Amino acid sequence: MKAFDEILKETKFFHGLAPEYIQLLAGCASNVRFDPGEYVFREGESANAFYLIRHGQVALELHDPRRGQLIIDTLNEDEVLGWSWLFPPYKWVYSARAVILTRAIAMDGKCLRDKCDSDPVLGYDLMKRFAVVMIDRLQATRLQVLNVYG
Amino acid sequence: MVEQALFQDQLVADPMTSTPFRIGRVVKESYDTFTLELVPQGRYQTFPFAPGQFNMLYVFGVGEIPISISGDPQHPSLLVHTTRAVGTVTKAMRALKVGDAIGVRGPFGSAWPVKEARGYDVVFVAGGIGLAPLRPALYQVLAQRDRYGKIVLLYGTRSPEDILFRSELEKWRSRFDLEIYVTVDYANSKWHGNVGVVTRLIPKAPFDPLNTIAMVCGPEVMMRFTALELQKRGVPSDHIYISMERNMKCATGFCGHCQFGPTFICKNGPVYPYNQLQSWLALWEV
Amino acid sequence: MTTAPLSFILESAHLQQLFDALARHGYHIIGPTLGDQAIIYDEITSVDDLPVGWVDEQSGGTYRLHQTKTPIYFGCTTAVQSWKRWLHPPTEVLWRARRTDSQFEILADEQPTPRYAFIGVRPCELQAIRIQDRVFLEGEFVEARYRARREAAFIIAVNCGRAGNTCFCASMGSGPEAREGFDLALTEVLEGDRHYFVVKTGSAAGQALLAEIPHQPAGDAEIEAAAHIIADTSAHMGRELNVDGLRDLLYRNYEHPRWEAVAQRCLSCGNCTLVCPTCFCVTIEDATNLNGDEAQRVRKWDSCFTMDFSYIHGGSVRYSAKSRYRQWMTHKLATWVDQFGTFGCVGCGRCITWCPVGIDITEEARLIRAADNQTVVNKKANHDESV
Repeated sequence: MKAFDEILKETKFFHGLAPEYIQLLAGCASNVRFDPGEYVFREGESANAFYLIRHGQVALELHDPRRGQLIIDTLNEDEVLGWSWLFPPYKWVYSARAVILTRAIAMDGKCLRDKCDSDPVLGYDLMKRFAVVMIDRLQATRLQVLNVYG
Repeated sequence: MVEQALFQDQLVADPMTSTPFRIGRVVKESYDTFTLELVPQGRYQTFPFAPGQFNMLYVFGVGEIPISISGDPQHPSLLVHTTRAVGTVTKAMRALKVGDAIGVRGPFGSAWPVKEARGYDVVFVAGGIGLAPLRPALYQVLAQRDRYGKIVLLYGTRSPEDILFRSELEKWRSRFDLEIYVTVDYANSKWHGNVGVVTRLIPKAPFDPLNTIAMVCGPEVMMRFTALELQKRGVPSDHIYISMERNMKCATGFCGHCQFGPTFICKNGPVYPYNQLQSWLALWEV
Repeated sequence: MTTAPLSFILESAHLQQLFDALARHGYHIIGPTLGDQAIIYDEITSVDDLPVGWVDEQSGGTYRLHQTKTPIYFGCTTAVQSWKRWLHPPTEVLWRARRTDSQFEILADEQPTPRYAFIGVRPCELQAIRIQDRVFLEGEFVEARYRARREAAFIIAVNCGRAGNTCFCASMGSGPEAREGFDLALTEVLEGDRHYFVVKTGSAAGQALLAEIPHQPAGDAEIEAAAHIIADTSAHMGRELNVDGLRDLLYRNYEHPRWEAVAQRCLSCGNCTLVCPTCFCVTIEDATNLNGDEAQRVRKWDSCFTMDFSYIHGGSVRYSAKSRYRQWMTHKLATWVDQFGTFGCVGCGRCITWCPVGIDITEEARLIRAADNQTVVNKKANHDESV
């Protein structure tokens, strides 16, 4: 089995991060697996991690009393799931459900926050990486709500 | 080609006069979208066209509108159009039945670069009804599958209920030589596909950006952002083709309605290399 | 082909014979005449229908006629409407259709082509006709109805003996002297008691017609007199438009405060497009008879100043007055060049005269040039860099 540093290095998210930081962050990583229909996390629960999806698909959902369970986004292989662990109050805003069998690397949020706090250079690097993901996601979401196919 | 030339010759006589075709079949694609199969009549034995071209379709006494051809160019004995019932003419069109007549003028405009794409990976990006004008190009590429590299269709639409050509997509999906990814803006948990705007599919779609021809069709905003995402991935701007829409009245360059900057969409388009329009697309109210 | 045009003299007393010859050949003569206190181009039959002695005064949003004692036939400059009204009429039935059960058949609308003789076509208007020829005859498709009328028409140009206050043909290179595109070209000369026309022929048909009416070769003094009149007109243009680099100027000033300023005044009435001799845009309207078994398609002049013009499902592409004025002016002076290899403006000045608020295309171009957006040297190059 590959070591976590090897796996992290190959992800799009950590691409190009200094090897010593990869090493350091590997200490926060663990393997997780979700069966189809299983929830990775649910709205309102404590947000203690983010996930690098290795394969599978995760649907971000919220519940609307009139329309039921709504999928607002789906995340696939090599995408990043979750950023509520970054900021207080560290609660998940949406629910995440595995659509098919999904394997991921869970990155422990508390562990990451501690490492970033003690090394602001790492913290800044990681923030920039998350900012890119968030901006891409935000821009796509703007189009999604625009009804661009109208 | 002889037929085409003959036809063009007749057009010169009067490009404004329609020929009534008979409706052979009506297919309901979704709650607001339908396909008409028209049987060539009168001076037409067949109706040759190039993928991406459009016709002016006339409903008796109601009006005439441009609609892209959505059928198979290898089968010119049928003329196929797919459209949404959103305006006066398209709503009247939806009310027509098998056997009724529809006026046809065309085909007009430029074509998807199906020949030019030989040897390349081909990425089709469709948004909503934009799948219909791309379908003839897909047919043609698939008919000569070995001439192309990877073939990818990325298709975004509002909801699972809006998906067009459903059974055909299923059939294509089972092919091993064609990758299809569908995404919708919103869905309930019965949906097992992607949710998110179509541009989200581009970063990971399996094609070689430097050796790709992309054909993009959908509303203008969708095409602009798709082109940006394709460029981010490394596809050169002159390898990206888009299909423009404006309010055409004549399709021959006489009415002036479809001007887009220095071009007439009816004559110079509707299909353009993206780099040709890029600077104009960023401007407002052109 | 014709030989190099020679100049002839047609005495004004014989002008009626020109009318008679045209009538003999079955032409409907269209020329300047009084109508609604303005000069219009309409069907006329004799020299008495010409606006003898009338002189027009035009400026931004203003048009007035004055009667003078001078027996001049062509003392007015451009009429309200151009010859477009005859070659590319405001409404025209394209075809009719008749319904039988679920089918319909198209009934060709075969009207006989009118044979017009245009008398009094100004040089700028000749240029405008040549520009519309490019639109309707020289592209991928040919507009058959226009072609039929155009080919049947006999054109008698009249060189300008006076420039109006809104004229700028010298800037656009279209006048005040007709150089091509006519069958006959006249210069009206009044010298003391003598009143004559210096005539040039521009086609075999023109030569043949001239042969039917009294004329004589022009002498040097008469040719000189005509040349002097034209030179004087050229020197007294009411307006000026600097065309140097004009297309690129407008392309790089697509965003410019002037567009907003002009939109504050523009009423979006479309007068400029209606009086413009080159504006060709049309829409097509559908109608049926009361019992719904006959339909027709009617082509009508349209204007890019309406909201409907750019309507696509969802709304109008050009929803602001600013964008619509910009579309019109940029079309005339920039995109037209790319589309048809010529400006879409001939300097006739009608859009200035007939604008209810006197918006002046030459002034707008000047003000944009005065605050040229030089920072964007080449929009395309700029964009390519940013990619």
